[in-house]
Amino acid sequence: MMTEVRLHGRGGQGVVSAAQLLADAAVLEGKYVQAFPEFGAERAGAPITAYARLSDQPIEIHSSITDPDVVMVVDRSMAYFRGTAQGLAGDGCFVCNFDGPPEELRSKLGLGPSVEVIALDATGIALKSLGKDYPNTPMLGALLKATGIVGFHSVEEALGQRFRGIVLSGNEEAFRLGYRGGSS
Amino acid sequence: MSWKELEAGAVVKGGTSSSYVVSGWRVKRPVIDEAKCTNCLICWIYCPEPAIVRHQEGKVTIDYDHCKGCGICETECPPKAISMVREP
Amino acid sequence: MSLQPLRVAALQGDEAVAEAVRQSGVDVVAAYPITPQTIIVEKLAEYAAKGNLGGEFVSVESEHSALSACVGASLTGARVFTATSSQGLAYMHEMLYNVSGMRLPVVMAVANRALSAPLVLNADHSDMMGSRDSGWIQVYAENVEEMYDRTIQLFKLCEDPRVLLPAALNFEGFILSHDKERVRLLDDEPVRRFLERPRPRHRLDPADPFTFGAMATPETYYEFRMQQSEAMETALHVFDEVERGFEGISGRRYGAVDAYNTDDADVVMVINGSAAGTMRAAARGLNAAGENVGVLSIKLFRPFPLEQVVSHLSRARAVVAMDRSMSPGAPSGPVSEDVKAALQATKPVMSVVYGIGGRDLSTEDGKKIFGMAKEGSLSGSRSVMYGVKV
Repeated sequence: MMTEVRLHGRGGQGVVSAAQLLADAAVLEGKYVQAFPEFGAERAGAPITAYARLSDQPIEIHSSITDPDVVMVVDRSMAYFRGTAQGLAGDGCFVCNFDGPPEELRSKLGLGPSVEVIALDATGIALKSLGKDYPNTPMLGALLKATGIVGFHSVEEALGQRFRGIVLSGNEEAFRLGYRGGSS
Repeated sequence: MSWKELEAGAVVKGGTSSSYVVSGWRVKRPVIDEAKCTNCLICWIYCPEPAIVRHQEGKVTIDYDHCKGCGICETECPPKAISMVREP
Repeated sequence: MSLQPLRVAALQGDEAVAEAVRQSGVDVVAAYPITPQTIIVEKLAEYAAKGNLGGEFVSVESEHSALSACVGASLTGARVFTATSSQGLAYMHEMLYNVSGMRLPVVMAVANRALSAPLVLNADHSDMMGSRDSGWIQVYAENVEEMYDRTIQLFKLCEDPRVLLPAALNFEGFILSHDKERVRLLDDEPVRRFLERPRPRHRLDPADPFTFGAMATPETYYEFRMQQSEAMETALHVFDEVERGFEGISGRRYGAVDAYNTDDADVVMVINGSAAGTMRAAARGLNAAGENVGVLSIKLFRPFPLEQVVSHLSRARAVVAMDRSMSPGAPSGPVSEDVKAALQATKPVMSVVYGIGGRDLSTEDGKKIFGMAKEGSLSGSRSVMYGVKV
């Protein structure tokens, strides 16, 4: 069983880090993973795509993900970009940094009736917990709540491996708030 | 020689040219006037070979087996103690 | 030998190579940072700064200097590593021949990337294929764990007194260099024991001077090159020994080639690098639907495992060779040319170019290429440029 996740956002928002945190957490659970960015010109603010594959079996393929099971849009200004949902599985999950109702996203983006749509004001949470617009960890919280693809504590442990001090505590809080705050 | 006999990587004992005479085509040779020489060692610094031999007591002499007769020492010598003399 | 407990970690390809280099007890790392292998150099510099490298990290001003510094260090008998990518490898080109010609066991990681112009960042094999004939052992990894394993193996292979050749570990830039995967790391001690080595043949020593790579004339140069050629042949057998030894400490063995369903297949794809796994996934999908296709991944590209390639392809009804590099003006790319030479016209070899400049190759693409082979639209002695926009 393999889950494919595609993440969209902008350079500087921790999109690649979010994909890597998913992979770190999954490896802690004994899973096989891939987490990789799609590289173009690397600069803050440029649209970025990152990918993650999580599987119970070794992963052989090394191609980008065109038909994801889960799409996560980290940047709020990209909420209405239709391209983000391209190829999303009919029964997939769409998690977006958005402070409006999820049904608005469904109609604006033309998401099918069986797609689970989650909206989370991740920017609001990030500004509150971290004092900066790093919406990636609250978005990871919402993603986990909706999909359960990795355990809550595994991500907490992965955060602990990556961050120290107030950056760690801020991200932990942002992650927890994101996990609790996803409205669907 | 067969390829099996050669030392891989073309490794040969170093420093071998010190035992060769490599000055056979010299037209003029430098001669030091010891009365004018101040042992400043400018010739020793400039000699591209090096064919200026520096002795422990400070005195310099010329290694004629390796000197090509370029004349740089003559040009650079501050007290003009070196002159280029036609080989016999 | 009993296997050591393994540490499982999530590492990017570059990080895995850096960890393997540290564990290999490298004495000197000389490198100039270039995207996308940068993380290797960053990590090694970090190890050095923290005193965990064991060896010395030399920052240089260019790739040409990086490999020149490697030459000097290797001549002292040190274990030496460097890493580069695309334009950096091109800039090293002159020195590549000095390293192999002086028979120095330098190990280099190459994050394979296309060459400019047009200005490009993404992966293909053009960089290494441009230096294909430089006398370096060339291995292509398929995944991050293999990158880690091969780094350790290559030190052992290169330093073997019967080989004494440099090696390039190839992996696609970004696709593998920046891909985070699960890796089973070995403990330091078994790696150290595995890489215990005989005293190096020569040491650069002012008290006992030697000339290295001395001038050769038409009377001798050919013979020195013959020695390199012979050492490559020997490396093919030593490679197998090294893999067996490594299996003893890791339980892992890859082979010079990896064959999936090649016996009696209707179509066999011959490929190297990370897309081999993608093609296997495509083949598995087709076979589950009743087809009979296979994939041969060439992991050791130089020395070319001729006999194994021939034996695995001998019963295939059709063979397609896939090149992730272009050879403008040539009938087909370097992998295809080698496969054609190996099979000596005993059967036709079709040729496909794919993945140029980072163009993605999906399992669906893989299935399409198998389909093209079956319907005959790949025949002809020139490469078909798969996926090019027309």
